Amino acid sequence: MKTYQCVVCGFIYDEAIGDPEHGIPAGTAWADIPDSWSCPDCGVAKADFEMVEI
Amino acid sequence: MNPIVIIGGGLAGYTVARELRKLDKSVPLTMLMADDGAFYSKPMLSNGLAQNKTAASLILSSAEKMASQLLTEIRPHTRVKAMDAAAHRLELEGPEGSTSLEYGRLVLALGADPIRLPIAGDGVDAVLSVNDHADYGVFREALEGKQQVAILGAGLIGCEFANDLAGAGHEVTVYDLAPQPLGRLLPTGAGQFMANALAAKGIAWRFGQSASQVQKDGPCLRLTTVNGQSESFDLILSAVGLKPRIALAQAAGLKTNRGIVVDRCLRTGDPDIFALGDCAEVEGLLLPFVLPLMASARALAATLSGTDTPVSYPAMPVVVKTPACPAVVSPPPMGTAGEWQETVTSSGVRALFEGQEGELLGFALLGDAVGEKQALTAKLPAWL
Repeated sequence: MKTYQCVVCGFIYDEAIGDPEHGIPAGTAWADIPDSWSCPDCGVAKADFEMVEI
Repeated sequence: MNPIVIIGGGLAGYTVARELRKLDKSVPLTMLMADDGAFYSKPMLSNGLAQNKTAASLILSSAEKMASQLLTEIRPHTRVKAMDAAAHRLELEGPEGSTSLEYGRLVLALGADPIRLPIAGDGVDAVLSVNDHADYGVFREALEGKQQVAILGAGLIGCEFANDLAGAGHEVTVYDLAPQPLGRLLPTGAGQFMANALAAKGIAWRFGQSASQVQKDGPCLRLTTVNGQSESFDLILSAVGLKPRIALAQAAGLKTNRGIVVDRCLRTGDPDIFALGDCAEVEGLLLPFVLPLMASARALAATLSGTDTPVSYPAMPVVVKTPACPAVVSPPPMGTAGEWQETVTSSGVRALFEGQEGELLGFALLGDAVGEKQALTAKLPAWL
């Protein structure tokens, strides 16, 4: 399971945890998150920024 | 066709350009900025040390790359001296000297200036503010080999920088007239919890104190407070607040208050001039944070591409990036009637602001309570 960081605000997306409160179950790979998802902390769209794998 | 001109190359300016290009690939777009136009994220400046970033590595994209990605003419190192709204013309000062530029529509994404306290002494000019990428470079260079750092201001940015510097091994002292950190965001129990958590990382607090003088003292800076106490530091950082850049709008006859006054479509009194981000006051709301900026940029892009789209502001909690004390806050709008109910444990604080009918109007979550952010946010009323 990988983790990714939002380049705008530093929010960490951990594939093992997902983002269930926004409809992304635990275990969801970054590539499988829909383009309509946005960073829960800063609102940047998934389509706009490469989250950086860390 | 005269272009849409965006003044400002910060997060607001670049985001509205990007969002507009998703909707309209052909409208001519020009961006002007006083700096070099490199795209960076200001929220990342206050935890750059913890993230192992340098000033250079904080740049996400050069101006040239943005220009080609966004099919936009980008003109860095260019200042707008004057705006003639009736003539739709800007007077510019830039690498080519003094020029004029006519716009079809204008977007003001000017940001805000750091407030500087009225401090006397020959060391005042050495007190740094970090409000943009260039400032950050100066700050990091000045920080090399330095140990004792003073921060003026225990607000959001002051606390984030304090944590970042302390985490990197510097000795940090924070001055603020308030009796607690984040005085405008946190109720007293939460403020105390935050103060304790940062103190445990070695941060020294000087609450109820304010700098009145800064004097050069060899290689150091001697800070003297209003009540006469002095301490020496290697570096002093001022983070006492922001003042929206309204001068250009004022001079052009646009309505300004704390910020440039715009309606929910981000439009000023002039139908062809818009404003967003840290410089804008949207229906009385001045929200210098990223979530409102993103919402504004999306709405404005839709308006600029032909469909007037009022911005909606759902509750947008602010994340405080202090790793020593994770915190997320959705403050009640200023002047709202109600009370804070705080539950403080050894590992966190759950503070709820309730209105007269017991309805939730705000919250502050610290430490292990931050997990409740989503559930509480869902109960909050929209701001706009």
